[in-house]
Amino acid sequence: MTTDTGVKSAAAVQSPVRGAAMSTGRAGDKIFVSAARGSGILVLAIMAAIAVFLIWRAIPALQKNEANFLTSEQWDPNGTPARFGIAQLAFGTVVSSLLALLMATPVAIGIALFISYYAPRSVAGPLGYLVDLLAAVPSIVYGLWGLLVLAPHMEGVSSFLNSALGWIPLFGGDNPGKNSIFTASVVLAIMILPIISSISREVFLQVPRAHVEAALALGATRWEMIRLAVLPYGRSGMIGASMLGLGRAMGETIAVAMVLTFVPGINWHILEDGGTTFAANIANSFAEATETGRGALIASGLVLFVITLIVNMAARAVVARRKEFV
Amino acid sequence: MTTLTKPTDDLPPAARGSLGSVSAARKLKDRLVQILVYIAFALAVVPLVSVLWTVLTNGLGRLDATFLQFSMNGVGGRDEGGGAYHAILGTLEQVAITSVIAVPIAVLTAVYLVEYGGNGRLARAVSFFVDVMTGIPSIVAGLFVLALWLLTFGFTYSGFAGSLALTILMIPTVVRATEEMLKLVPNDLREASYALGVPRWRTVCFVVLPTALTGIITGVMLAVARVMGETAPLLLTIFFTKAINANPFEGPQAALPTFIWEQAGDPNQASIDRAWTGALVLILLIMLFNLGARLVARFFRPVSR
Repeated sequence: MTTDTGVKSAAAVQSPVRGAAMSTGRAGDKIFVSAARGSGILVLAIMAAIAVFLIWRAIPALQKNEANFLTSEQWDPNGTPARFGIAQLAFGTVVSSLLALLMATPVAIGIALFISYYAPRSVAGPLGYLVDLLAAVPSIVYGLWGLLVLAPHMEGVSSFLNSALGWIPLFGGDNPGKNSIFTASVVLAIMILPIISSISREVFLQVPRAHVEAALALGATRWEMIRLAVLPYGRSGMIGASMLGLGRAMGETIAVAMVLTFVPGINWHILEDGGTTFAANIANSFAEATETGRGALIASGLVLFVITLIVNMAARAVVARRKEFV
Repeated sequence: MTTLTKPTDDLPPAARGSLGSVSAARKLKDRLVQILVYIAFALAVVPLVSVLWTVLTNGLGRLDATFLQFSMNGVGGRDEGGGAYHAILGTLEQVAITSVIAVPIAVLTAVYLVEYGGNGRLARAVSFFVDVMTGIPSIVAGLFVLALWLLTFGFTYSGFAGSLALTILMIPTVVRATEEMLKLVPNDLREASYALGVPRWRTVCFVVLPTALTGIITGVMLAVARVMGETAPLLLTIFFTKAINANPFEGPQAALPTFIWEQAGDPNQASIDRAWTGALVLILLIMLFNLGARLVARFFRPVSR
């Protein structure tokens, strides 16, 4: 009885009147507890079922696969013989989401700092709501916007980056385009901004008032106060937040699928058209997939599931560790 | 008083300087960071305004009675006219079914976590996996329903299959929202109820849950608004149709997100216009639910808090 939760103390209160309780609700109690516990177990069962059924449905397709599933750049599961591999998908997913993370994290932390330390108190709440609105816009709308509004603007940005930074292999290539991995990662960056900034904001709110005031009392400017008191305290929270953002970016489907044009093969020149991700590939090629094709898509979805699972678990662990040290 | 206002008198000159005023370099750095932070915020507002503005200006053109009353049946990509009635109907039906399945499971799970689980092993596992579940990519939820419902059980594409996929995405958000609300219910209420000899399940059902009801409703509405915009799982489970299908349990059904996806994939301007209007209607629906959630939270707040 170390933790003094309501549940424990409630049980203690109930014990003296056990005789009376027998007639009023014993059966009801039992039914209700099992319903509640059953729901909890159902959640675990769903998670297990996702893994089991994806594996089970992927195996037949993997057995028919004539190429190496992990290293092949080909994606032709509908042909005979079926040849498909995830190298290209993994490349696109990892590069686009890492780029998105690189772009989004500094901005998101800036927003969190702005709302918690710079904006006037009276408008901080509404401004925070404004940023959260970004999360309320559905991904299909981001896709539409990215394809028809952002992409035409990105053409100029891409060719500028290409001419200025073309000596870096990543920005190299002969014909920078608008439906590139780079454009996709800009859209992704916008989409993961709200989650990173809202979690960072929560962490910043937990910074002990005394730390902040101590720094200010020592004559620190506002930036010095943030550097001395806020950022060290919030470090693991910010890392966790950006990892959650990474997981979100990796699993994002429709916006990426709409923005990218499919060109087969791994292309390190991210300013050029082409590239695809696990999720975008599933959305784009599902309609034409044969039975083996579906199995192949399920197999690639399984890989995505495992990757996001690992990223999310790590993120939760980092955020949770923070809580223990408070 | 004089010693208090001039505390630097006894100190060596160097220290006196640093206490007296902030050096120019530090001031500059402070200002620079301030500007950067303001820019960061502006960077977030620009896309938000741009998205909402383009959806509004491009979508208003086709937001007419035809759009809301007719389906795309027999309308080609190049043709003017046509509407999203079938898609709006589909979305509302699917989201309703999703809520009917997901809300009881999620609320009961939250009740288990807060009222019964304590710090036990099962409760910790459930809590952890609810967190992990929030991170499942939506397309994976779609693939799961495809693998289980369509390929293994042999059902056909239907609105119900889409609802099953959305359920997986909705459960964790509602569990988290409900959990937060249940934790806010004061223990005094539970103990008062127990003291009157009320069994535990009646206490939960008639004391704890009603107290937390507004918060739970807010959480559910926000979750509904979130799953309403999901496209990826629907592509794999409800497939496409241009006709009105009011029966969510049989045959392909349309939904607003898939309607937008379909129309945006067509290069004709008439289709692109329809896609924008579909996006506008979808955003309006989502905003309606968001606003509703806020109003519920504001007006039906328990008096004691």
